[in-house]
Order: sequence, then C-alpha cells, then structure tokens
Amino acid sequence: MSRVLVGVKRVIDYAVKIRVKPDHSGVVTDGVKHSMNPFCEIAVEEAVKLKEKKLIKEVVAVSCGPTQVTETIRTALAMGCDRGIHVEVSGKDYEAMGPLQISKIFAALAKKEEASLIILGKQAIDDDCNQTGQMTAALLDWPQGTFASEVTIDGEKVKVVREIDGGLETIKISMPAVLTADLRLNTPRYATLPNIMKAKKKKIANMKPADLGVDMVSRVEVLRVDEPPTRLAGVKVETVDDLVAKLRANGTI
Amino acid sequence: MFPASRYSIQAQRCIRALKTVKAEHAPPQLYTWRWKCSSAVTPRITSHYTICPRDKDPRWEGVEMERFADEADVVIVGGGPAGLSAAIRLKQLANKQEKELRVCLVEKASQIGAHTLSGACLEPSALNELFPDWKERGAPLNTPVTEDVFSLLTKKYRIPVPMLPGLPMNNHGNYIVRLGHFVRWLGEQAEELGVEIYPGYAAAEVLFHEDGSVKGIATNDVGIAKDGSPKDVFERGMELHAKVTLFGEGCHGHLAKQLYRQFNLRENCEPQTYAIGLKEVWLIDEKKWRPGRVEHSVGWPLNRNTYGGSFLYHLNEGEPLVALGLVVGLDYTNPYLSPFREFQRWKHHPFIAKTLEGGNRIAYGARALNEGGYQCLPKVTFPGGMLIGCSPGFMNVPKIKGTHTAMKSGMLAAEAIFPKVTAKDLASETAGLHVPEYEDNLKKSWIWKELYSVRNIRPSFHNYFGLYGGMVYTGVFYWILRGKEPWTLKHAGLDSAQLKPAKECTAIEYPKPDGKLSFDLLSSVALSGTNHEGDQPPHLTLKDDSVPVANNLAIYDGPEQHFCPAGVYEYVPLETGEGMRLQINAQNCVHCKTCDIKDPSQNINWVVPEGSGGPAYNGM
Repeated sequence: MSRVLVGVKRVIDYAVKIRVKPDHSGVVTDGVKHSMNPFCEIAVEEAVKLKEKKLIKEVVAVSCGPTQVTETIRTALAMGCDRGIHVEVSGKDYEAMGPLQISKIFAALAKKEEASLIILGKQAIDDDCNQTGQMTAALLDWPQGTFASEVTIDGEKVKVVREIDGGLETIKISMPAVLTADLRLNTPRYATLPNIMKAKKKKIANMKPADLGVDMVSRVEVLRVDEPPTRLAGVKVETVDDLVAKLRANGTI
Repeated sequence: MFPASRYSIQAQRCIRALKTVKAEHAPPQLYTWRWKCSSAVTPRITSHYTICPRDKDPRWEGVEMERFADEADVVIVGGGPAGLSAAIRLKQLANKQEKELRVCLVEKASQIGAHTLSGACLEPSALNELFPDWKERGAPLNTPVTEDVFSLLTKKYRIPVPMLPGLPMNNHGNYIVRLGHFVRWLGEQAEELGVEIYPGYAAAEVLFHEDGSVKGIATNDVGIAKDGSPKDVFERGMELHAKVTLFGEGCHGHLAKQLYRQFNLRENCEPQTYAIGLKEVWLIDEKKWRPGRVEHSVGWPLNRNTYGGSFLYHLNEGEPLVALGLVVGLDYTNPYLSPFREFQRWKHHPFIAKTLEGGNRIAYGARALNEGGYQCLPKVTFPGGMLIGCSPGFMNVPKIKGTHTAMKSGMLAAEAIFPKVTAKDLASETAGLHVPEYEDNLKKSWIWKELYSVRNIRPSFHNYFGLYGGMVYTGVFYWILRGKEPWTLKHAGLDSAQLKPAKECTAIEYPKPDGKLSFDLLSSVALSGTNHEGDQPPHLTLKDDSVPVANNLAIYDGPEQHFCPAGVYEYVPLETGEGMRLQINAQNCVHCKTCDIKDPSQNINWVVPEGSGGPAYNGM
C-alpha cells in the first residue's frame, strides 16, 4: 500500500537570462521559458525507478501554483507518475509562497494520501532555499534523508547515502520519511511524446490550500530585488609593493 | 510495449508500427553516406546518425529501434504563423461542418513562440480573414503605426527619403507586434479549437509510403551521446502518420530541403536567395520613446553592393520598448563580412544612437529570411504533403513582411485539404493525399498578385550602382507602374556561390564593442537564452569533416566564423601545434540556418537537435 508523493516545481529555465522588473519587486516571468526544477526531475526519476522495482505502488506528483503548473505535472506524469495533484495558488499568495507554506501543504497531503515517502528536490533553482524537505519532515515528525545520492529501500527502512561537506554519510531511517534528491542520485529519463499523449489521460486532482487547512500567509516580505553588482575590471600591478599599496588604499588591509 | 487497451477513440486510428525500422527512411540518393574515420590531420567532428549510419555501427547492435506510431488526419510541422493558421482554419471548418478531424502540430521549441523572431510590422489582412473578431479575442496587436520614417544613412549623416503612399515600405494601417507573443496567442486560439499542439518535439524525419508519397513524420530520437553512441536514457522518436502533412518549418527548413530533392520541387524556379536578420529589444529612456514610430534605413554601414537595411520600431505595450535590427543579404561577396558586427556598429550612427542612449538591451536573436520572392517559388504540393509559409517563401521583400502571406498560405492549404480529408471516399492515386488545389488557390489569391508586383525590386539591386540603382528602379517601376513591366529580372544565383576568395577581398576593420551601445558576440548569445543538451551529436553536421579546413579556411578565411550570429564556428589551432581545426559549439546555435545557406562548400547540413533545445525568445 506504499504511496510516494513527489513534489515538482515550475521554475524559470536555467539557461534563460533573468531580468529584474523595472519596479524591483521581482523578476520578469511573463512569457519567459519555464521548466521543471532539475532537482525535482531527479526526484521524479527516483520515485518512478522505485515503482519499476516494485518497491512502491503508486507515485503521485504534486505542484503548487497557478494553472501553468499543470504543464509541469504533465511532464512528471509523462515520466511515469500515476496521478497528479494541483494545489491552486495564484496572485499575491503565489508571489509570497515559500518553503513554509509548501511544507505545510505537503504535510497535510501526506496525511490525507497516507503516503509512506515524500521525495523532493533538495532545492529550487530560483530561490535556492533548501528548506522545504527539512520543514516538511519537521511538521510531520518524520525522519529525513536529505542530499540523497543513493537510496535503497530495505523492508520498512530506507538506507540513504547523503552528500555532505566532508564526503558521503550513510544513514538508515525508518519509513515514513522525507527524502530530498541531490544531483548524483540518477539521470532523469526524457518525457517522450507517446508518454506525453498518454499523460493527457492521467488524472490531475485540483484543490486549494484552504481545502487542506493550510493558511498561506507569509511571514516574509520581499522589500527589493536587484541585479547582482556588475563585476568591475581587474587592475594589474607591476610589483608586490604596488599590490600592498593598492590594498591599503582601498581599505582592504 | 504499449498495450492497445489503454486507448479509446484513438485506438481505431492508432496503428502500432511493429516493424523493425530501417535506420533511415530517406532513399539513399539524398545523403552521401560516408563513415569518415579521423585522420591524424582531421579530427572527427560529425557523429550524427544522418552522416554516420547506425545500422553499420557496432555500438547500436541490439538496441531497440522500434518506433511507436500514431495516426492523425493532418500533421503540421512547425508552430509558426503558417502552421498555426492552417491548424486553426482546419478546425474552424471542422467545427462549422460538425466533422471530426484530428490535427496534430509538432514544434521544436519548448513553447510556442520561443523560436519566433521577426521585426515586425504586421499587415492584418490575413488575420482579419482568420479571426474577424481578433480584437475581442485579445490578439496582442497593441501598437498601430503612427509615423513612418525612411533614411539613407552615411557614416555621420542621414538623408531623409519621403515615404510616399504607394511605396512598398509605407506602413499605414499596420501594427507593430512582438511576433513571438502573437504566435503564442495563435497557439492558445488553436488549442481552444481542439488542435493538439506538442511543443518540445522536433520533426526529425519524413516518412514515406511504399509508393513514395509522404506518410507523415517521425520526431527526434533522444538520449544519443556526443560521440553518436546510445545512452541509458535512449528512446526512439515517435511516428505521426497523416493523410496529409503540412511542412511549415520557416525559412530554409531542413525537412523541406530533403523534400525539394525527393520530389524535384525546384526544377522550374530559381534557387532561393536569403538574408540574415539580427534583432535586439531595448528598454529605452522614456523621454525618447515615441510609440507607433517606424524607422527604416539603408546605406551605412553596408556598402552599395551589399543588400540590406535596418529597422527600429517603438512598441506601445506599457514599457518604453524598441525593437531594432539589421538585415543583410546573404549574397554578399566579402567573406570577411560579419553581419553581427555590422549590426553592432550600425547602432553607433548618431541617428540611431540618440534613441538608444541611456537604454538597456534586454533581448537578442537572429534568423535567416527569404529574399527570393516570386522567382523562387517552388512547386508546393506533392503526394502526401505540402509546403506552407516561409518554407517555400512568400515574403514580400520590399515591404519586409512575410507573416501575412505565411498565414494566408496556411489558410489556403487548410481550405484545399479540408474537403479532401473529410470526404467519405478517399479518392487518391497515392497512399498520401495529393492536393494540387492548394497551388491553384495560391495562384488565384492576393499572395500571388502581391509577390508578382514586387518581383523585380530585389533583383534590381544587381547592377553597378547597387543600392542606388535599386532605389531608382523601385521609384520608377514599382511606384509608377506597380510592377506591371513585362519582364522578370533574375537573381544572382545561389548565395553560397557568391563569396569571392579571401585574397581578393580586404578584411573589414570593425570597432570594438563599447558595452553600452554595442556588445560582444558571447554576451549577446547568452541573452538569447539558447541552450541544448550538451551530450548529443552536434546538429550542425558536415558531409565531409576535412572540407572546412581544406576549403572554407584555405580559400575563404572560414566565413562561418564571421557570419554565424551565435559563435558556433571557431577555427582553433590543433593541439599538435601545426594547422587549424574547426570547432563546432553546437550548444550556442540559435537555429537561424545561415550556415546551411551561406557555406561556400555547401558542406554544412543543419539537422534538428533534440526537441526543446534552441533559443528561448520571449516576444521577439
């Protein structure tokens, strides 16, 4: 009866040049190419692989956002997920949406769907928060295997090899658990056209955060978004004395 | 692999081609298959399966090559104005007559509009016919043209040229549009009407019936490594079969190139001649913004024998945006000419610079466009399919407008096909439907009249006085006689044959980019948002890997390193020290097709890369 929830986020494609809105309230997203967060693709691939190994029964792809995120859910369905859940969030709520709100939604869904595993990407490439997986585990009081580069299910336990600063750490956690996928976990498969056509027939359930009892109020207010400062040209010096003098002059030493 | 029980309505039309697919469907005379082993001097560059066939490759032994197939009534290749107009028209007719029609459209860009690039001043004639209520539907035609300015530029000065009504460049009644957004809107209208649109999937191969008629297309394979071997994630493309297949790939499509040879469609017309258009979008100082203003120029920086001109349009969509660009005819003779660097230095002209000063560049892109017009129109129908839009090439060159004719050609194709595909009894000699009525309809339509009347303007530039001779000819024969003169001038021939050897030409001294008005190539390419999966065979395939250094570099100083607007081609020294080699940075490609057109050795064959790769234009 094991069911896995996989979170997928629709983000601006990594190759697109980001432009800050003229009013500095955010970045331009209208008409810009979006795609599935690369770490979410890895998470979907891992879940589908587990299903193919017959270790879990059903994979449910979940995304939160406006209507456009259904495209991202469809891609997840085309990669092999069984059904999708679209939690509708739009307008101001969507702009203010962050890991806290998402983790509350996932915690509520996990209880509702009786999931035994939640697999998320380790972080999203637009905000780089790296918080949703950890917060979800905390809200559910579940063990967490983050930065996973290898996942093995062993009965009721999961062995996770984690990529940490010092190297690799192997831990064993009991299910239900939250895992977050790191880069080397797997190579995601392509969503091929026949699978996209089949995915059109798979179900995507629609719901609002209020249906799950989640309040979307944000405790964070974005004051201003700016471009990173333009890199200044370097200065070449002839001798070490020149270097020391210049560093002294601009206050570095 | 795919059980039948999962399919409902489509099951009856769905056939699973459970045949072992031959590596290539195209008959052998289309490509010269050569397994080019790397010699000590020429490192191996090309690994694409169209040049290195997989059926003889030991790495492909035992790999499942079966393809899933599906059937539609009409398949359209290309989600641009022509393809979408054809799809929309088909569905409009089907819905009106309450007939069922499955129309599938495949597009190589990741989303509709992402590979669309144009000036553009749209003439709403075709749109009025397609959607008379386009305004209510929210079509993004927000900027009616209010002023029209034409200049002849010299290095420092500007000579104004009066824009008299009746001249082809006159834009009264037209709209400045961001064509990418317009195409996106067309895509939304098409989806609402029930067209199945599949962005992110490129049509890589034309499929043929036993009798030689077109059966449909196959999408690209995925998961092939850079060296041509299969990866773990390898999957075959899918076959889409149709009664009729419409090819709307835009200017110089790669499948169209194959079809011209297969069906001999170009035997009675001149070879197509092209230009490259480079475009940028700028956010300018509000004080300089004049929404609705259209500026065109000819002259500097191009010399009188190099065809080309510029545009600068002030959009009216909330922000002070201008779209500007330079078009350079690809029949230029100097191999050192770099259209990109001409464009960058044009922006420094005082008349242009004064608009851009204090502004910010937010987008960049490039695309080839047709210049041949009437003389270069091929046969557009063949058993099983037809060509629409800029692919055969209906652009009105002096007006520099091709969108309205592309849309109309798509609509005419749809109107010709509809009665035949919905007829109870598919009376056809060939397995793929042949619809010659489309070509007859074209000849009776306003597209034909329009192209006929301007047919002599572009070729009139081939005289000693170049640009000035052409302007005089246009003034006399077009403005006064409306193109009714009884003769038809010829173009100069293939663009790729026009280059003079490097030693007969002088290198052009281009100024360094200043980072405020002009920029370097690589930062421009980054702005186009282009990207491709890195680990795939380069899609700029060479028929012979040794030709670039032996011919292009030796005689023409490697013109591809100068004309490519994305920095794909670089001649770098060999690691051994002696000599050079060609490095192809396929990931930079913006799908402009210029290399396939201008390569003097005609050795480069552009094929489609994995779907969803390429530029990420937003409203270009």
